[in-house]
Amino acid sequence: MSWTSFDTWIVVAGALCAVACALPGCFLVLRRMSMMGDAISHAVLPGLAAAFMITGSRTSLAMFIGAAAVGVLTALFTQWISRFGNVDRGAAMGIVFTTLFAIGLLMIRRAAGRVDLDPGCVLYGAIELTPLDTVALGPLEVPRVVVVMGMVLLLNLAMVGLLFKELRLSAFDPGLSDTLGFSSRLLHYLLMTVVAVTTVAAFEAVGSIIVIAMLIVPAGAALLLTHRLVPMLLIACGVAAVSSLMGHWLAIEVPSWFGMEATNSSGMMAVAAGLLFGMAWLFGREGGLVARLGRGARVSKEIDRAPRHGTEREESRPLP
Amino acid sequence: MWWNRTFVPLLLALLTLPCAASDGGFGWVDVVLLRTHNTWVVVLSTAVLGVASGAVGSFLLLRKRSLMGDALSHATLPGIGIAFAVMTAAGGDAKSLPGLLLGATVSGVLGLLVMLGIGRTTRLRDDVAMGLVLSVFFGLGVAVLGMVQRLPDAAGLESFIYGKPASIVLDDFRWIVALAVIVTVVSILLFKEFKLLCFDDGFASSQGWPVLALDILLLGMVTAVTVIGLQAVGLILIIAFLITPPAAARFWTDHLPTMAFLSALIGGVSGWLGASISALTPDLPAGGVIVVVAAAVFLVSMFCAPARGVLGRWLRHARLRHKIGRQHLLRGAYEILEADQSRPGAPDNHAFPRAELQGKRTWTPHELGRILRREARRGHIEDLPGSRLRLTEEGFGEAARITRNHRLWEMYLVTHADIAPSHVDRDADMVEHVLEAELVQRLEAALRKQGAWVPQPRSPHRI
Amino acid sequence: MKTLIRNMSPRGDAAGEDLSGHPSDIPLAVHDLTVAYHRKPVIWDVDLDIPEGKLVGIVGPNGAGKSTLMKACLDLIPKTSGEVAIYGKSYRSQRRMVGYVPQRESVDWDFPVSALDVVAMGTYRQLGWLRPVGRRQKEQAMDALEQVGIGHLAKRQIRQLSGGQQQRVFLARALAQDAKVYFMDEPFAAVDAATEEAIVKLLRTLNERGKTCLVVHHDLATVSSYFDWLVLLNMRVVASGPTKEVFTAANLEKTYGGHLSLIDDALRALRNVVE
Repeated sequence: MSWTSFDTWIVVAGALCAVACALPGCFLVLRRMSMMGDAISHAVLPGLAAAFMITGSRTSLAMFIGAAAVGVLTALFTQWISRFGNVDRGAAMGIVFTTLFAIGLLMIRRAAGRVDLDPGCVLYGAIELTPLDTVALGPLEVPRVVVVMGMVLLLNLAMVGLLFKELRLSAFDPGLSDTLGFSSRLLHYLLMTVVAVTTVAAFEAVGSIIVIAMLIVPAGAALLLTHRLVPMLLIACGVAAVSSLMGHWLAIEVPSWFGMEATNSSGMMAVAAGLLFGMAWLFGREGGLVARLGRGARVSKEIDRAPRHGTEREESRPLP
Repeated sequence: MWWNRTFVPLLLALLTLPCAASDGGFGWVDVVLLRTHNTWVVVLSTAVLGVASGAVGSFLLLRKRSLMGDALSHATLPGIGIAFAVMTAAGGDAKSLPGLLLGATVSGVLGLLVMLGIGRTTRLRDDVAMGLVLSVFFGLGVAVLGMVQRLPDAAGLESFIYGKPASIVLDDFRWIVALAVIVTVVSILLFKEFKLLCFDDGFASSQGWPVLALDILLLGMVTAVTVIGLQAVGLILIIAFLITPPAAARFWTDHLPTMAFLSALIGGVSGWLGASISALTPDLPAGGVIVVVAAAVFLVSMFCAPARGVLGRWLRHARLRHKIGRQHLLRGAYEILEADQSRPGAPDNHAFPRAELQGKRTWTPHELGRILRREARRGHIEDLPGSRLRLTEEGFGEAARITRNHRLWEMYLVTHADIAPSHVDRDADMVEHVLEAELVQRLEAALRKQGAWVPQPRSPHRI
Repeated sequence: MKTLIRNMSPRGDAAGEDLSGHPSDIPLAVHDLTVAYHRKPVIWDVDLDIPEGKLVGIVGPNGAGKSTLMKACLDLIPKTSGEVAIYGKSYRSQRRMVGYVPQRESVDWDFPVSALDVVAMGTYRQLGWLRPVGRRQKEQAMDALEQVGIGHLAKRQIRQLSGGQQQRVFLARALAQDAKVYFMDEPFAAVDAATEEAIVKLLRTLNERGKTCLVVHHDLATVSSYFDWLVLLNMRVVASGPTKEVFTAANLEKTYGGHLSLIDDALRALRNVVE
C-alpha cells in the first residue's frame, strides 16, 4: 500500500477528533454516563434538520448551533425524565434519544424534496473526504476539519485543565461538591455542553461512530490500566490517537486480504480502539485477564504446596 | 414552514381519519382494521413486535439495563454485513432474510457475551461495557458494510439501520410472528425466575438459580426481538420499542404482571397505530411514527398516571404539606386556648390575637397567612377585626381531635419506642386507624397518670 | 420536585439572610423541623439548640431519623416545615462553617483518586473556582492525613484501603475543610478498634480547638465516654442536653422502648466510667 499526504491528513483529523472526545469521555465514564455520547450523537438529528430547514443552507454554523442545542437538550430531558418521572437514567436516556432521532428522521423525510441530508452520512461520516476541503493556514493548505477539530480539542483541553479539580470533585462526590459551593448540576451541564459541541463538530467531519467510540473506549481502557486520574486522561488520549492511526491502516489493509477496496476508516478506528481495549483487558496490570489467571494459578499452587490435613484433592481448587 | 410540512399532515391524518375514506385510495378504516391487502402484513408485524418487545423490555427496565437493547441492536450490524458477504461468496441468495438474521443473531450474542465478560472480570461498570460493545461492534459493522457495499446487489442493506416496514412480505411476517410468539411465551413461562433476577440477583444466585444463564437468556431474547425488529423499524428505533413501552407502563402500576401486560399492550398499540398512520400518509416512515406514538404514550403516562405520575405525586405532596400545615395551625391554636385556662381541662373556644399564633411556631407571616386563608376556606377558623382569630365550632372540634391524636402518638412513641419508628404510618392524623382501640385507651390512661390533659373532641367527627 | 418545594417555602434560601431570633453564637439551632418522605413524617417537630464547642452524640434506634436530621440540616433533602440555623444564618450562607462526613457507602471507592486527593478536596472551598490545588493545600491535606494516623497511605488509591482507613480519609477531609461545625454520619459504623480510637482522638482534638461536632452514633455502651452532649432522637427529640443529665434509664427507655438489656448494658458502662 502507498501512504500519501492524504492518509496523513485523515489520520491527523481522526486523531484530533479522537483525543478531543477522549478527554470529556473520561469524565463521562467516571460519572457512569458513558451512553450519553451515543444518545447525543443520535439525538442531534432534528437539530440538524431544523437548522437546515430554517436557514435553507448547509452552512456549518447554523447546523452546528442547532445540533449542539439539541445535544444539550438531550441531557436536559434525560435529567428531567429521570428526576421527575423517577425513571432509571439509562431508560430515560433511551427514550429521549430514540424519540428525538425519530423526529429527526420524520423531518428529513418530510422535507426530502429540499433536503440533501443523508442520515447515513451523519453516522458514518466521510473522513476519507476531509483532505479535499482545505483552508489556507499561512503557507500551509490544511484541511478545514483539522482546523475545526484542533480548536475543539483546545477548548476541551482548556476545560479539563482549568476545571480539573471541580470536575474530579463533582464526579467523585456530587454531594460534597454542592456543600463546598461547586454546583454539581452546573458542572454536569457544562460537561454535557462540551460533549455536545465535540460530538457535533466531530461528526460533521468524521461521523458519529468515532465520537461514540472515542468517548468511551479509550477511557475504559485507561481505567483498566491506572488508578490515577491524570495518568488516566493521558492514557486515554494516547489510546485515542493510536487507534486513529491503526484504524486507518486497518481500513486499507484488511479489505485487501479479501481482495476488496479500502473501507470506511471511521468504523475501523472504532474497531482499533476496541482492539486496544482488548489488549488492556487481557494484559492490564491489575484487572487484566492474564494477570487474573496467573494469580489464580499462583494461589492454587500455594494451596497445593501448603501442608494438607485431608487427602482430598478438592482442597486445591483455585480460589474464586 | 418546515414544521407545517412535517406535522400538519400528521395532524390532518389523525383528524380527518374518519372521512379519509373518500379520497379514492384505501381508507383509514381499511388500514386500521387491517382490511387493506398490502398493509395488514406491515401493521400486524409491527404490532406483534411491539407486544414481544414490550414484554421483554419490562424485565430489561427493572434490571436497570434498558440501554443493553441499544448496545445489542448495534452489535447486530457486523453480523448482517458478514452474513451478506458469506452468502454472496457462497453464491446463494445474498439477501435471504433468515440468513441475514442468523448473522445478526450471532454477532448480537457475541456482543452480549463480551458485555457480560467485561462486567464480570473488570471493575468497569455496565454502562462502559454497553458503550464499548455498542461502538466497537457498530464500527465494525460500518467497516464491513463499507467493504461489501461494492458487491453487486448490496443496495438496501442499510435499510436495516433505519428500517423499512413496507418491505415486509408474507414470508418475513411468518418469521416475525414465530419469533415474537416464542419470546412472549418464554417470558411468560420464566416470569417468576426473571422477576427474581431483576429484583435481587444476589439472592437468586444464593438460592441456586443460574443467574448468568438467566441473564444470557433474557438478553438473548432481547437480541431476538432486536433482530426481528431490524427490518420493521431499524436497529436504532427498535431500541425505543424495548425501552419506551415498559417505562410508560411503570407509571401506571406497581404490580409486575400488570406492568408487563400494559407494556406489551402499549408496544402493540404504538406499532399498530404508528404503522397505520404511516401507511395513510405519504413520506412518513413507519419507524419514526411508531417511536413518536410510543413517546407520546410515555409522556401522557409520565404526567397523568395516578399511581406514579408526576402530577399525582405533586398533588399528593402538596396535600401532605397542607395537612401538616393544618395540623400545626389547629394544634397551635388549641394549645393557646389551653394556656389561657387556669387549670387543666377542656378549654373554651374564644378569640385570641394572631400574634400569639405567629409566635407559636417558626413560620413567616406570609406562610401563616396562607395556611390561615386555606383553613378559613375550610371553615375551621375565622378572622376577626383587630388581628384576632377564632376557631369555628367545627375547627375547634378538629383542633381537639388533632391535639389529642398528637399527644397519644407522642405517648405511643415513648411507651413503644422500639417498634414505633418502623410502624407503617406515622401520621398523627391516623392514630385511630393504626392503633387498636384498647391501646388508645391505655395510652390515654398513661397520659392522665402523667397529669396531662387529653382533649376529648366535641365534634361531629367520630374518633 | 425540589424546585417546587423550594418555591413553596417562602423563606427559601436567600443568601446571607438572618434567621430572626436565632443567636449567632449557636452553632446549630433547629426549630420545628419536620421532614416527610412519601406521606410519612420521618422526623417530627424537632427543636434543638446545640451550644458551641461540644462533642454531640445523636443517638436513637434504627429508623429514628438520625441521618435524615443531619441531611435536612445540610439541605441535602428538602424540609417539609421548620428551619435550621447555623450560627444564626441559613445553611446556604454558612457553608464555609460546616464540614460533613457522609456515610461511607455514599461514594464510588473505585474512583481513580488517591487518599491525598480526596483529603485535598476538603481545601477546595478556600481555593474557589478555577484555581488548582497547590503545594499549600497538599501540605494541609497531608497534615490532616497524619493527624488521623494514615499519612503513610497518602498515595494509595482509595479502594486499596481498608474500611477503617477509608473512614479516616473521610475524617481527614473534614479536618482539612477547617470548619467550625462538623456533621458526621455514623463514622464509627463498621470500623476496626484502631480506627475507632483514632476517630475518638480526632474528635477530642477538634473539641480542644473549640469546634462543635455532631456525630450520629449507634453504640450505647460508648456514648457516655465519647460525648459530652447528647441528643436522644426517636422521630422527635426525646432529650437533649449534657450527657450526664440526659443519659438516664428513663430517657433511654423513652428512646429505645423495651430493649431493657440494651439499656442495662449502657448504664453499666456509664457506671464504669463514673467510677
